[in-house]
Amino acid sequence: MSNIGNQKGAALAPDAEAPGAASPRGKAPHPLRAALGGGGNAAILKRVAIIGGALVIAIAVALLKSGSGLVVWQSVVTGLLMGGLYGLIAMGLTLIFGVLDIVNFAHGALLAVAMFIAFGVVQGTGLHPYLTLLVAVPALFLIGGVVHRGLLSGTGGGSLENQLLITLGLSLLLENGLLMFFGAEPKTVTLPGDFQFGLFGAVVTGARLYAFVGALLLGALLFWLLRRTRFGTAIRAVAANGPGAELVGINVRRIHTLTFAIGTACAGAAAVLAAPLITVTPTLGEQFNITAFVVVVLGGMGNVGGALVGGLLIGLVEQLTTIYMDGQSSLLGVFVVFVVVLFLRPQGLFGRRA
Amino acid sequence: MTILNVTGVGKDFRGLRALSEVEFEVGQGEILGIIGPNGAGKTTLFNVICGALAPDTGRVLFAGRDVTGRSPDRIARAGMVRTFQLMRPFGSMSVLENVSLAAQHERQPARRLRERSLEVVERVGLGQWAHRPATELPTAGLKRLELARALAMRPKVLLLDEVLAGLVPAEREPVLDLLADLREQDGTTLLFIEHIMAAVMRLSDRVLVLDQGRVLAAGSAEEVTSDPRVIEAYLGEEPAGAEG
Repeated sequence: MSNIGNQKGAALAPDAEAPGAASPRGKAPHPLRAALGGGGNAAILKRVAIIGGALVIAIAVALLKSGSGLVVWQSVVTGLLMGGLYGLIAMGLTLIFGVLDIVNFAHGALLAVAMFIAFGVVQGTGLHPYLTLLVAVPALFLIGGVVHRGLLSGTGGGSLENQLLITLGLSLLLENGLLMFFGAEPKTVTLPGDFQFGLFGAVVTGARLYAFVGALLLGALLFWLLRRTRFGTAIRAVAANGPGAELVGINVRRIHTLTFAIGTACAGAAAVLAAPLITVTPTLGEQFNITAFVVVVLGGMGNVGGALVGGLLIGLVEQLTTIYMDGQSSLLGVFVVFVVVLFLRPQGLFGRRA
Repeated sequence: MTILNVTGVGKDFRGLRALSEVEFEVGQGEILGIIGPNGAGKTTLFNVICGALAPDTGRVLFAGRDVTGRSPDRIARAGMVRTFQLMRPFGSMSVLENVSLAAQHERQPARRLRERSLEVVERVGLGQWAHRPATELPTAGLKRLELARALAMRPKVLLLDEVLAGLVPAEREPVLDLLADLREQDGTTLLFIEHIMAAVMRLSDRVLVLDQGRVLAAGSAEEVTSDPRVIEAYLGEEPAGAEG
């Protein structure tokens, strides 16, 4: 709505313009477009080649450092499997940013909430962990909708600073709420009938494989929703041009709420899939939050497809870091990549900014 | 029959009086031209009528119902649709997708939706562009797309904000023909803000002149253009008719 006022001042010029000349566009193509609209194939191929080259070098260095092909292969496999989850988490975050222009600092904390929902349901009812998807995903969808309606869509959520403070405050609130209810001691969710198998020497657990496949399927589902359904088309229209979307009868506020809810539901789904892989603590959201932000920037803010690819890359980086620097935090390498990307390509690997 | 009734509409922007006591009626199937110097409040008036801005005072009645302060999407779905001066298509989509997005507010099967959207795209003369990305359209094409998006909503009242701006005379003709045809064929009521006086003279049943947020004059095109107050308002700029 706030854009409407701009129309006037900026609109006085077009009279002078020659027909057929490129028009003055109100806004540059949105980053979401890069993921969803395609185009610019040569540039993308070049980028893929550069990223591929960097990966080959990184893996070669890891081989030299560790001296064992098996160790490197194992970390590549583990990294990619974990990366799928990072991708799913970041897809939710980047969708929210792309459509609502909200940087949701509570994304990680919401993920933690979902993980405790999964934990609680498994403890309380003995349900299979993956079946808690049926509880955690709708719950997070609902929480996301309520958070948007209650905290972010009113006048208080209007400015960028307020949104940052509100989501940051919410994350603190959620974390401490979890701490109060569940205590600080780490919990585990075990997958009944988990198994292991060898993949050309690398050990893969069933839980990791399921998490990866689940993340990819849900990512594909999200993509299909955005590209192929009327609802998704409306979301893309709102992302591209909010006032224009209102004029074709789209309820922008409703789309905003639903998009926020879908974004947090992604975190909910990722939480359930990740629960058997990690120890569940109230503060686990922080680390996922940081990783997700790096992935979002890497993939281009608002770029849903980029988030998935970025997730896989960050998964790899994390695992390779542990080879480069024994005993160091695996996040260190992630931050190095983050800083380098911000420095060289602040619009992300696949994002296109004005 | 009156389809749009605006009474006592006023709007302030931090002390700047953009509209005050604006009153007028538009009959079903009427074509109302709206003219006035830059900054007269024409676009603000459209924003108020279509719900993008809530007026400080006054009411907007559409088909007998009070729509003051309703959200723009609800008003659009009810059948009062506007176009923007600045064209901003939904960038990631084709021309046809842009249009079918507007048409999909009516629940209908996908095939019917597609047919209807194609119909509208062809009607505005963008047939061969249907499957191209909307961002590739030249200025004249974007204007037509803006119009097509509005038409796909099946408007009862269509508000056009400088739909001819940026078009060369040869490109204006088909648009004017289309607008005349809309009234003849579909019975659409038109309100259009326009600087090009030739178009205003040709199309309008009645003309409303705004100046500094007030209705300065209303009447037939001949009446208002010979009104000394209107000529006075335009002094300092070129006299009406010189632009374009």
